[in-house]
Amino acid sequence: MSSVSALLELNSVEVLYDDVILVLRGLSLEVPEGHIVALLGSNGAGKTTTLKAISGLLKVEDGEVTDGLIRFDGHEIHGLPADRIVRRGIFQVVEGRHVFEHLTVHENLLAGAHTRRDRGGVPDDLKRVYGYFPRLAERKRQWAGYLSGGEQQMLALGRALMARPRLMLLDEPSLGLAPILVQEIFGIIRRINEEEGTTILLVEQNARLALSVADYGYVMESGRVVLEGSAEELGDNEDVREFYLGLSEIGRRSYRDVKHYRRRKRWLS
Amino acid sequence: MDQFLQLTVAGLGTGMIYALAAVGFVIIYKASDVINFAQGDLLLFGTYLIFFSLVQIGLPWTVGVLLTMLVAAGIGVAVERTVLRPLIGEPIISMIMVTIGLSSVLRAVVHAIWGPQPRTFPSFLPEGEVMLGSAVVSADRLVAIPLALALLAGLALFFRRTRSGIAMRAIADDQQAALSMGISIPRVFATAWALAAVTAAIGGIMLGNIVGVTPNVAQIGLRVFPVVILGGLDSIRGAVVGGAIIGLLEFYAGGYIGHGLNLIIPYVVLIIVLMVRPYGLFGKEIIERV
Repeated sequence: MSSVSALLELNSVEVLYDDVILVLRGLSLEVPEGHIVALLGSNGAGKTTTLKAISGLLKVEDGEVTDGLIRFDGHEIHGLPADRIVRRGIFQVVEGRHVFEHLTVHENLLAGAHTRRDRGGVPDDLKRVYGYFPRLAERKRQWAGYLSGGEQQMLALGRALMARPRLMLLDEPSLGLAPILVQEIFGIIRRINEEEGTTILLVEQNARLALSVADYGYVMESGRVVLEGSAEELGDNEDVREFYLGLSEIGRRSYRDVKHYRRRKRWLS
Repeated sequence: MDQFLQLTVAGLGTGMIYALAAVGFVIIYKASDVINFAQGDLLLFGTYLIFFSLVQIGLPWTVGVLLTMLVAAGIGVAVERTVLRPLIGEPIISMIMVTIGLSSVLRAVVHAIWGPQPRTFPSFLPEGEVMLGSAVVSADRLVAIPLALALLAGLALFFRRTRSGIAMRAIADDQQAALSMGISIPRVFATAWALAAVTAAIGGIMLGNIVGVTPNVAQIGLRVFPVVILGGLDSIRGAVVGGAIIGLLEFYAGGYIGHGLNLIIPYVVLIIVLMVRPYGLFGKEIIERV
């Protein structure tokens, strides 16, 4: 991708947990302004760590960016505390929703607007969020802990909208949701990108889903990027089709072959 | 009937002073899930600071009260910065243990500055007795009721409506998520401690007026712990209701049943309430989604 218009740029980033465990090994990626970029990969590939390295949430988990560059809008942001990074316009929607259970829906949204300087714009944005998620409006005086899983995910996205970020980092928004809700949530993610112009970096296990909304994608494995391309390219790539989309030209392979898939990944050769 | 009215007003007044003394627990707990065992010593500072500014340097009482609140806020911030901040992210129980140590340190500081002997509380609160119908009620308890109610209502609004108030509750609920909202945990904790110390100072002033300027204030400060347990550790409203219940019970038991029992009855009620509502009358229920 062209590096000129990249809003976010990671260059050979290394992340170390507890001073010993190397989770990211020289990860590089770019997110151009106004686009949706998907970050794919299996469990433990380092997707969430990548998001946390960007948002500054690593520090509370004893993680540390030990090498490389993280640049947002032309400025170096790594090492900044999480609240400063939010103020610069990056907002991470953490995995597993994490709504504030004992705050009402309304208060959750206000908490999302915590860093806003233009306090006057908050009422308008509340209306906007309730427009995206009418179901939240119905429940605005209820404790968020009593919402359903889908409603909590909507609230998590709504909270992010309240901060009016330039870049949203979404971690597994489909986690644990019924297919119909997943469709709804992803429809809204696309709308947020189109209507608000918000740039989105999306981490997903469900590759098909992610590639359906993304413009560009990266495939991660063991802490580095092993494959990248436009959403169509990745969707057509044989390896991606086989390992992440579960499709194969030859039809279903035997379990024995699947077990040894690592050896056959072309990008590892 | 006169006796009933008298006991009720005295009980309510005392209860509101308890509520003021105890609400610091609620503030710290709401923001950080930490039970602050140094709350009694923060009260003690309030009592001695007002003594210092009115008697030792002879300020007018308005200035003295303001100065007391200001210094208390400073102490709160200093405590957070030096003692609690390094523990952010550590288990809650470590923080709670640290407040026990903090309690000894604060008490020793007061001891070192002002010595152990009791002093006379500077009289600036209304004194004497007021006739309510045919009942006689001491004026300081009567004053305590509207004062405490106004203050506690203000605090409740703070937690519901203001940005910092919501941020405090957000942190108590989910630190990681709060962090991802850009909420600065150290700043919010510092605000919470300052606020707790200021309310404690006001509580200390009211308590000092009743028991005098003595190290005992700290013990009384801890004795009001049941007030917040009864009302729910994270509820301002709970502190008010809990304070009222315990204050009233103390006076009714003392007045009708006999002296001595007034110290026990509130605890008996506490045990009964907790058996029915383990999180207190207004405490937040643990939400379990299945």
